[in-house]
Amino acid sequence: MARLNVNGETREFEASDDTPLLWALRDDLKLTGSKYGCGVGLCGACTVHVDGKAVRSCQTTLGDVGAAEVTTIEGLDAEGNHPVQVAWRDLSVPQCGFCQSGQIMQAAALLTENPKPSDQEILDGMSGNVCRCGCYQRIVEAVRLASTGS
Amino acid sequence: MLHYLKSFDAGIAETLVVRPVSRRAFLGGSAAVFALGVFATRGDAFPTWETGATGMPHGLVDDPLVFVSIDSDGTVTLVAHRSEMGTGSRTSLPMVMADEMEANWDMVKIVQAPGDEPKYGNQDTDGSRSLRHHIQAARKIGGSVRTMMQRAAAAQWEIDPAEVRVENHACYSSKGNVLSFGELAEAAMAQPVPTHEEIAYKTEDQFRYIGKGEVQITDLHDITTGHAVYGADVSLPGMKVAMAIRPPVLGGKVVSYDAAAALALPGVVGVYPLPEWNAPAKFAPLGGLAIVADNTWTAIKARDLITVEWDHGPHASYSTGPYMEEMKATAEQKGNVLRGKGDTDGALSSAAARFAQTYTQDHMAHIPMEPPAALASFADGKLEIWAPVQSPYTTRTDTAAALGLEPDAVTVNVTLLGGGFGRKSKADYVTEAALLSREVGAPVRMQWSREDDVRHSFYHTASAERIEVGMDDSGAVTAWRHNSVAPTILSTFAPDPGYQFPVESGMGQIDVPFDIANISCENGQAMAHTRIGWFRAVSNIPRAWAIGSFVGELAAEKGQDQLTTWLELLGAPRTFDPAAEGLAEGFWNYGEPYAEFPIQTARHINVLKMAAEAIGYGKELPAGEGIGLAVHRSFVSYVACAAHVKVLEDGTITVPEMHMAIDCGFAANPERIRSQMEGATIMGMTVALHSGITYQDGAPQQSNFYDYDVVRSSNFPGKVVTHIAPNGFDVHATGVGEPGVPPVPPAIANAIFEATGQRKRHLPMGTSV
Ligand code: FES
Ligand code: FES
Repeated sequence: MARLNVNGETREFEASDDTPLLWALRDDLKLTGSKYGCGVGLCGACTVHVDGKAVRSCQTTLGDVGAAEVTTIEGLDAEGNHPVQVAWRDLSVPQCGFCQSGQIMQAAALLTENPKPSDQEILDGMSGNVCRCGCYQRIVEAVRLASTGS
Repeated sequence: MLHYLKSFDAGIAETLVVRPVSRRAFLGGSAAVFALGVFATRGDAFPTWETGATGMPHGLVDDPLVFVSIDSDGTVTLVAHRSEMGTGSRTSLPMVMADEMEANWDMVKIVQAPGDEPKYGNQDTDGSRSLRHHIQAARKIGGSVRTMMQRAAAAQWEIDPAEVRVENHACYSSKGNVLSFGELAEAAMAQPVPTHEEIAYKTEDQFRYIGKGEVQITDLHDITTGHAVYGADVSLPGMKVAMAIRPPVLGGKVVSYDAAAALALPGVVGVYPLPEWNAPAKFAPLGGLAIVADNTWTAIKARDLITVEWDHGPHASYSTGPYMEEMKATAEQKGNVLRGKGDTDGALSSAAARFAQTYTQDHMAHIPMEPPAALASFADGKLEIWAPVQSPYTTRTDTAAALGLEPDAVTVNVTLLGGGFGRKSKADYVTEAALLSREVGAPVRMQWSREDDVRHSFYHTASAERIEVGMDDSGAVTAWRHNSVAPTILSTFAPDPGYQFPVESGMGQIDVPFDIANISCENGQAMAHTRIGWFRAVSNIPRAWAIGSFVGELAAEKGQDQLTTWLELLGAPRTFDPAAEGLAEGFWNYGEPYAEFPIQTARHINVLKMAAEAIGYGKELPAGEGIGLAVHRSFVSYVACAAHVKVLEDGTITVPEMHMAIDCGFAANPERIRSQMEGATIMGMTVALHSGITYQDGAPQQSNFYDYDVVRSSNFPGKVVTHIAPNGFDVHATGVGEPGVPPVPPAIANAIFEATGQRKRHLPMGTSV
């Protein structure tokens, strides 16, 4: 029996400790906003927060998480109105959208750690998140918008 | 909520209202009754034009009763029958319908059609065709419903329909009566469907949404909150998860395997051989073994425990190095002549100077962000599918055939696609899920890993393109010979002829727009040793790469700037006369009637000048920086790219600025045109720097982002500006999903040359010079 604190709730389900958080979220808890894109920590599509820090859920096991607080895109903001989500919509960032949960979670954690990042800090902070559709220009603008309001 | 038309549950759109033909015929006789409304343009002010849509399988459907339903609360439900993979067609086409209907966008709900071409017409979402083929139908559908609203209100008020104003989701009479769309829904949808001539279409200045670019994509909120549903996001009770081990070499077969350790793992349902692959297989699965388990993690672990001995089959000697050399050698020879204008051989032999270069490209895999995944549920002789597919109807017929079912026994629900780029036109992964669901007697989700996706794609062709020109004493080009050598997509569908088919040669080779007296476009043989498929922009990538780079080289050779050389080659603005240009009658023009979508070099010239001017072509630049230009027509759209490259001290190639100028006819949704151009610069730069699938002993050598990387935010075209050529609605709208990519790699290569003097002739060129 695994026990996970996710989006403010404690959830219990059958899974072994070696299960990657990504598959527990997706298969067991049906929190499908976190995406599988590479499984090896190279694309960021699976990004969630563990105790407020961005982690790649494909590279983090249930054992690693333990009793820590997990936040997924579904729990980032009750209304879906985290400043990063709002900025993403204001700038119409997504194309296919598949990478965007991970991008938004990465950006939100980045801004928690560094509320006013420089352009270079944004570029560096987001470089682990692939967008195959190529939305980077808007992603960077949206992080800046969420950070400064302009 | 009252539904006058059956609601669209489970993504299946079906109307209960069937209009008897006789009532339409009756209406036809009374058309004169309906005089001008506020929308002063009658059908004849929206003169329609012919497109290739009618020649597609199952053609075009523009019946409003198929695409529109309206609830009593005023909700207008519009069917999106094209797949959404990021281009925005799921928003743009309904937006056109809503505008012409005078529906308020916040009252519009969009539902995705299942794979049902007899009902909706062709659904193949590829070829940059969604807007090009459907914008007219979308206006017709919207205009029909508005007219039906107008008539229904007129009947209720017992006035002439011409006296009814339709605006903002309601009808108004001059006496101040108002009826909302919701109030009129039942009566309006029971009105006969008007003919094109009976509809008072809007004039362009009356458009609310069309051409404005102010409508957000319909899935924006769901995407940003994690609620958007993609292929692997649908579950059913009792569902199992499958992964597969596919032959490392195309056509390989399982000789023996040991799955004992995997089967001992708790949660493993079983290990099943998949049907063997035999050429030509179209989109059939590749064979190998499938592992079915209770969940994804168990399937992944079990897969790693299985050992397989393979017979690698006839392609085990395919290796990129020697194959590329062979293609280059073939390109040196004369190939089959596909376009012959004048006497190219004669002109070359008598030329004052000759200049030739060969440009090559490795295979590419599409790697959409969402690897292939599909859910299939087979029960009681019926198959239901949820999958991210570009061709839902082909998916339906392919899976039906694989299971020996009639297409009527198969339902294909289309989820959002996490990118497609051509990969998801080929539903091998769905067929795998369907076969396994029948095998295990439970719903099965087939999940491909990224490694599976990279190693088992339908690859973009590898190519060698050799161009040779002859020049006279003044340096003017008098002869152009272009031999293209590349394995063909046809090998996926038929015994491999080794030669390209008209769709491939029509993509940027035989339609080279240059004003040269002697032109020979040729094709040499190359046999396929892997699955060849279409990748965003298809053969246009190697053609634009070769032609665009060659123009840059020729400019240097002649001591000219690039713009001058481009303009000299394009010549005076003209509309191409195919016969005079040596093109065979009925040559492939993206499936479009040539008279409606001709090659117009004024449009090449215009976008080229727009991009060059915007980037300040000709300005002084510091050492290590340069600007490159390229222009290419593809999918009947015209795109020019101006790239500013800065090579860093360690040799890293960066692109601080890029300008994209596009002429796609009437710009229906400028916001999504810009996002597609921005995306095209990223994918174009990825193609230029990174994307190479190479083979050793028959197997692809790449597997994941480790060795098949893409452009990231750490180094992408920093500032991309899109310039859209302004056109009225009469300049036929064309697609934007693909045409942005081809000019980007040659523009980058031309800029690198300006920056460093180094000329790149192979894709991918690597990340540094
Ligand atoms: S899926 Fe976790 S980083 Fe790619
Ligand atoms: S929006 Fe498609 S991968 Fe980022």
